[in-house]
Amino acid sequence: MSTIATPRSPYTRTPRRGINWEKAGWVYMRVSGVVLVVLILGHLFVNLVLGEGVKGIDFAFVAGKWASPFWQVWDVLMLWLALIHGANGMRTIVNDYASNRGLRVTMKTFIGLAAVILIVLGTLVATTFDPCPQVSPEQLNLLPSFCPPQ
Amino acid sequence: MSVASASRAAKTTPRPGGTLYRGHEGMWSWVLHRITGVAIFFFLLVHILDTALVRLSPEAYNAVIASYKNPLMGIGEIGLVGAIVFHALNGLRIIAIDYWSKGVKYQRAMFWTVIGVWALLMIAFVPRQIMVILSEVQG
Repeated sequence: MSTIATPRSPYTRTPRRGINWEKAGWVYMRVSGVVLVVLILGHLFVNLVLGEGVKGIDFAFVAGKWASPFWQVWDVLMLWLALIHGANGMRTIVNDYASNRGLRVTMKTFIGLAAVILIVLGTLVATTFDPCPQVSPEQLNLLPSFCPPQ
Repeated sequence: MSVASASRAAKTTPRPGGTLYRGHEGMWSWVLHRITGVAIFFFLLVHILDTALVRLSPEAYNAVIASYKNPLMGIGEIGLVGAIVFHALNGLRIIAIDYWSKGVKYQRAMFWTVIGVWALLMIAFVPRQIMVILSEVQG
């Protein structure tokens, strides 16, 4: 068997080993994108358009939403999908414009760190949230109306 | 006229052929997609941090969220929503170009559809947001 292909043999792709991460990222942008269109436009509609709009947002508003697992799941899903989508987009842009290798690695490290730290922080906040925390007396009026008296 | 200058003249035709991404709707949608994407990413970083304050105390969260309610931020929210809506609609257009067999053929029409739907949604959102800003100013 020779190592040189016979003349005029058609082009064949070199077989790849393992997962094609660049392709996985490409597919991820599209799949997460479709889900995020629904999650984020729904988020904007409920928080900015319905009720009093941004004027109505305060601790009691968030507590009212996160008292239900529906909005907890919605928001945590949005957090993971959006941050990974955004971080992967920023990675693409850094690869396109940062011509210096050291700068590229540094920027992508910061993007990755920001994404991981904020995903962990946001997930902990949304899942360990207490809508009726123990508060100082002057903050009692900031709690949602469904909280039992302290 | 030399052969070299003739071929140079052929290269400076106004519309470059054979590519979606140079010169016209294809390129500008790509530019807008990048700019809105970066802007949304940085807002997202800040937005997760401000929301995390609900875990600290109701007072701390309300103090920071109050800054979102001043009229200047209200205008900024119009920009944010505009960026998100464009990125969302153009993202769907990109998916159609990649997966729909006629996507490439209709990419230009889809770009103007994106702009049209964007304009309709903004016509619905902007007056609503101005109402919210005014009610905040008037207390």
